Amino acid sequence: MSAANAKSVLTTPIFKNNPIALQILGICSALAVTTSMSVSLVMTLAVIFVTAFSNLFVSLIRHHIPSSIRIIVQMTIIASLVIVVDQILKAYAYEMSKQLSVFVGLIITNCIVMGRAEGFAMTNTPGMSFLDGVGNGLGYGFILMTVGFFRELLGAGSVFGFTVLQPVQDGGWYVPNGLLLLPPSAFFIIGLIIWVLRSVNPEQVEENEFQMKPNTQPKEAV
Amino acid sequence: MAQSNNSIKKILTVAFALCIVCSIIVSTAAVALRSKQEFNQELDRKTNILNVAQLYEPGMDVNETFESTITPRVVNLETGEYSEEHDPATYNAFEARRDPASGRTLSGEKDIAGLSRQELYSTVYLVGDPNDPEQIILPIRGQGLWGLMRGFLSVEGDGNTIVGITYYEHSETPGLGAEVNNPRWQAQWEGKEIYDEEGELQPAISLVKGGASGETEVDALSGATLTSKGVTNMLHFWLSPQGFGEYLARFREGTNANVAEGTDAELESEGA
Repeated sequence: MSAANAKSVLTTPIFKNNPIALQILGICSALAVTTSMSVSLVMTLAVIFVTAFSNLFVSLIRHHIPSSIRIIVQMTIIASLVIVVDQILKAYAYEMSKQLSVFVGLIITNCIVMGRAEGFAMTNTPGMSFLDGVGNGLGYGFILMTVGFFRELLGAGSVFGFTVLQPVQDGGWYVPNGLLLLPPSAFFIIGLIIWVLRSVNPEQVEENEFQMKPNTQPKEAV
Repeated sequence: MAQSNNSIKKILTVAFALCIVCSIIVSTAAVALRSKQEFNQELDRKTNILNVAQLYEPGMDVNETFESTITPRVVNLETGEYSEEHDPATYNAFEARRDPASGRTLSGEKDIAGLSRQELYSTVYLVGDPNDPEQIILPIRGQGLWGLMRGFLSVEGDGNTIVGITYYEHSETPGLGAEVNNPRWQAQWEGKEIYDEEGELQPAISLVKGGASGETEVDALSGATLTSKGVTNMLHFWLSPQGFGEYLARFREGTNANVAEGTDAELESEGA
């Protein structure tokens, strides 16, 4: 990963090395905030901001971080950035921050942010680390927006709050699928996205780590 | 590098410097944005109050309408009288419930709304002339299915007829319990009555399954039995003498005698 060029650092995390679809990180918040697209968008922007700047700051002081306390140093930087984002949302997008509630704060525990700080920013230059953070944020956002699109469209009949399929309770014809408003539905959609991505890029398919043995006969076991 | 990154001195220096820098950044953000945030919270509360009184229209100047039509007053829940001790502009009932001097502990059968602590004084919002209000807006709260639900109930000046209900804070299931904020569900509350008999202090208003009939029944939320139960329980709690029962009784008596003379000056002298 050391000699990567800027463009690939920015774009690989979106499809080829997507943090959610390939590394299966940050699933928790992807389930929670994808009931509507506008909320997903704000969450995406927040995560891009936090990953980009935490990578930048970690990278800037990477030669001075003692390895014994490096995780707590990274966490402190991430947590400070998250609090700043939360404060800004409360001041300028109050309605949105009410909907995101605790999940902005939980960006601190989002494995993507921590993973990039530890995995990339500790060994790369600040500029590259910043781009890597933006790229991973975009990869996270791509999944979030796709999941949000299907959940909002099929669960509430709208996209970005504009009604597309008129639901029955407002006198239309579409019967909204309540399951899609609940967190488990995001599992199905993320699973389908992973399937599509791995069909397009077969090299993403992992090798079987374990081989099932045929059933043991009772006499062999004894 | 002059010294090893892992020497104790270096570790302490880095940790200390990082803490200082981060705390400065965080506190700067918090202090700089505080006034803006408080303004938003205040605006949100006022919007909800106007909303429950059915005075809210999108795009209106919330602050101005609120100032010109609504008067907050602090009520002593036990006696139902207005209290002059607390300033309605600064009194926070939700915070006051924690203080042993201004709150009390609820338990067992008395705590049907699942509050565990309740304040002794609460803020009400009067629409129109404070001496003869068109509407009385009461804060209500209680446990739903997943957590505390906080909202407002608006009652007409007769102390019995409901104008509307709204929740500004809840964590109910989207599509099921969260339908408490569906305007179509909220619309059926208008004109419902809280008490079924003259002089009765226990509220009758309830959410019922399978078609509401009568003046004190409202359709429950489909697929959200526990949320509906929570709503019924919190109304029974806050509209009984434990909550605003005594206060509303004054308005209900006022309707029988003479509405125009039901001024708060008279109410206070009655109690004294």
